[in-house]
Amino acid sequence: MVYLTRKAEFSASHYYHNPEFTAKENQRVFGKCNNPNGHGHNYTLEVTVKGAVDPKSGFVVDLKQLKDVMSREVLDAFDHRFLNKEVPEFLARIPTTENLAIAIWQRLAPKLTATRLHRVRVYETPDLFVDFYGES
Amino acid sequence: MKAHLTRRYMFSASHRLHSDEMSEAENRATYGKCNNPYGHGHNYMVEVTVSGPVDDQTGMVCNLVDLDDFVHSEILEHYDHQNLNLLAEFAKQVPTTENLCIAIYEIVKRGFLKAHLEKVRIEETMMNSFEYAGEK
Repeated sequence: MVYLTRKAEFSASHYYHNPEFTAKENQRVFGKCNNPNGHGHNYTLEVTVKGAVDPKSGFVVDLKQLKDVMSREVLDAFDHRFLNKEVPEFLARIPTTENLAIAIWQRLAPKLTATRLHRVRVYETPDLFVDFYGES
Repeated sequence: MKAHLTRRYMFSASHRLHSDEMSEAENRATYGKCNNPYGHGHNYMVEVTVSGPVDDQTGMVCNLVDLDDFVHSEILEHYDHQNLNLLAEFAKQVPTTENLCIAIYEIVKRGFLKAHLEKVRIEETMMNSFEYAGEK
């Protein structure tokens, strides 16, 4: 088994707000992330796939194919967007880094048919990242 | 759904690697320049990884403010700009980064109860890092 990781970057804005909370609760739980006009990050995405090395190609996965899937399923949808308003998953779910990692996994897993998704890592800043390994 | 969240922190401290159970020559042979009697320092980068279900209401594994507050008061204020050899936990233990990693893991495990501690990772320099995930 070999693990291969591909990185990509996207920039997006978001804010944290739960309509079930009062304004005061939202402010207490989410702090400055609750600013309704949003704020942005340069996100770094790391997608790790795993599999046996194909004896003919020497590849775990065709990198071009992985790059295309990441671009089509994630970057085209997330890059330079306001996540709360423009990405369907976050119309009714708070776009925390945790939920971003889960949403990205759910977008990628059904499309990566030639290999197995192992981990989705999303860096919101260099000092904060979330790992999601699927629903185990 | 369970996710892993990692936060990076930094502190600066000095130490000297020296064991009273070894002769001077053995200490020099074992620890090399790290045995220099006047000690030396590092910028330590600490990564704390916690895990847990992503809360439906907040979209979070745990509130980062809580984790930051804990690490700042219990880890950074304790270790930053200190001579590690003079701290109680290293009175009878060499302050290698292995032992520092275990000490920090134990403090977080004991005191931070808002998420499950997965591991503590410390970069002593850009070229070396240490991880402790508890006794398996």
